[in-house]
Amino acid sequence: MPITRDEVAHLARLSRLALSDEELDHLAPQLGQIIEAVAQVQEVAADGIPPTSHATGLTNVFREDEPAPCLTPEEALSGAPAVEMQRFKVPRILVEE
Amino acid sequence: MDELITMTAADLSAAMAAGEVSAAEVTTAHLDRIAAVDDRVKAFLHVAGDDALAQAREVDARRKAGEPLGPLAGVPVAVKDLFTTVGMPTTCGSKILQGWRPPYESTITRRLRDAGAVLIGKTNMDEFAMGSSTENSGFGPSHNPWDLDKVPGSSSGGSSAAVAAYEAPLALGTDTGGSIRQPAAVCGVVGTKPTYGGSSRYGVVAFASSLDTPGPLGRTVLDAALLHEVMSGHDPMDSTSINAPVPPVVEAARHADVAGLRIGVVSEFSGDGYQPGVMTRFTEAVDLLEALGAKVTEISCPHFKYALPAYYLIAPSEASSNLARFDGMRYGLRTGTGSAEEVMALTRAAGFGAEVKRRIILGTYALSSGYYDAYYGKAQQVRTLIIRDFDAAFSQVDVLISPVTPTTAFPLGERVDDPMAMYLADLCTIPTDLAGNAAISVPCGLADEDGLPAGLQVMAPPLADDRLYRVAAAVEAALEQRWGHPLLAEAKGLAR
Repeated sequence: MPITRDEVAHLARLSRLALSDEELDHLAPQLGQIIEAVAQVQEVAADGIPPTSHATGLTNVFREDEPAPCLTPEEALSGAPAVEMQRFKVPRILVEE
Repeated sequence: MDELITMTAADLSAAMAAGEVSAAEVTTAHLDRIAAVDDRVKAFLHVAGDDALAQAREVDARRKAGEPLGPLAGVPVAVKDLFTTVGMPTTCGSKILQGWRPPYESTITRRLRDAGAVLIGKTNMDEFAMGSSTENSGFGPSHNPWDLDKVPGSSSGGSSAAVAAYEAPLALGTDTGGSIRQPAAVCGVVGTKPTYGGSSRYGVVAFASSLDTPGPLGRTVLDAALLHEVMSGHDPMDSTSINAPVPPVVEAARHADVAGLRIGVVSEFSGDGYQPGVMTRFTEAVDLLEALGAKVTEISCPHFKYALPAYYLIAPSEASSNLARFDGMRYGLRTGTGSAEEVMALTRAAGFGAEVKRRIILGTYALSSGYYDAYYGKAQQVRTLIIRDFDAAFSQVDVLISPVTPTTAFPLGERVDDPMAMYLADLCTIPTDLAGNAAISVPCGLADEDGLPAGLQVMAPPLADDRLYRVAAAVEAALEQRWGHPLLAEAKGLAR
């Protein structure tokens, strides 16, 4: 098994996913199977082959910096779970000791 | 069945231009069809109803005022639910976006509205386009109009089902690993993955940004081309959009001729795992192309067998990054109490389904320091080798062909808890996504074993999308002449 349940739990924490014990039990072996399959890429002789991150070859695409209309504050906030004083209202970020 | 719903987009357009029928009547006929069958097909997550009728009446008013109108004016188009649309919800098939109404419009739906197309509703999909069956939708699966117990393919499965069930003549999809071509193939309709960068991603909620490609689905090759042409072209709002003329796809669809065309059959896409009935129809299509004057040869693309594993590293890696935006802070679901981080983790756990969680974790793993070089880095090199395979092939032939997917539509439930089996549905379509070139799926008959549709895939070099339509139109014309009717006339899932 290329990945343990503890490793999956660690990755879930990094990914901000509060997974249940049942989900971890289920996911760990499935991910093990998938990782085993995708590891096939390691068979390929690729020494000296440059990586491709995207296929168009475009780099540094610029446009003219011209003022244009944008969303109003009301539009930008229209889907927010909570709003206060025309701002996104979020739970506390720093935890008090 | 109302005659209007079985007409092609091209014929509807001509009838409306000639004043034989109004856009409002065309839209009403399709809304009636949706009301009659969608409780069984479940292609739609949102039906635009009165809003669609208002769009249609506006087209009628513009026509009456003598305004010049394009070929899609008054034609209903179903929209995959990951294009942002003002005035309609956009969920991406996810509970995390349930009820979200985007404050901005995608470039492609904006272009369709400007062209007078009627956006008739939003179609079901696998959550964030991750899947091949619609079973990963947070709102339940769609059903294949050929057999309601079978999957409609996916992730643009609501779109393919809507078109096959005559709920709309045209639909928008997106293709990241095969998500337009595979559902088109198993529903017996036409679907195109344009050249990457040929169709704008602005307002298309991101799954894997280097792969995601919006494209058209329709019941005929010409209809797909009409939508392809209207939706495509450079968009300054998408930095990966190619600033080049749209390939002449409509003209190509009207000139079905493969005489002298050099066609390569990909030798890697056959053998174990391929359903015999699918291969029989494919081989017949190869013979047909030869009989029509094409020069057919076999071409080996040795790295295509590594496309699937490379894809399942690259796409989840990009997804794990893209989906970080769903944090419950600015839009969408928020659940739980505690610190912002705790709320994020609880919201994402409640809002995402199993496949999305699997891929986020897989992507996070592949991008971890220590694993990066062995997985993501290696997959990026494989991507280069696949592009080189295509380049070598296209130095010898004009297009490549293969089956679209190894099997016909599989039963709902069969692969839902076996991710690797599900992933195999995209075996033949993934290389094109990794390389960024263009490909089409066109129906090539029914498999003998189950009477379900099989698709022929045609692949062309980047920005040679018109070649796809030339070949597909030739195949379509010859096969319909042989069958005596369009393939969809044989679909029995919705007894008429």
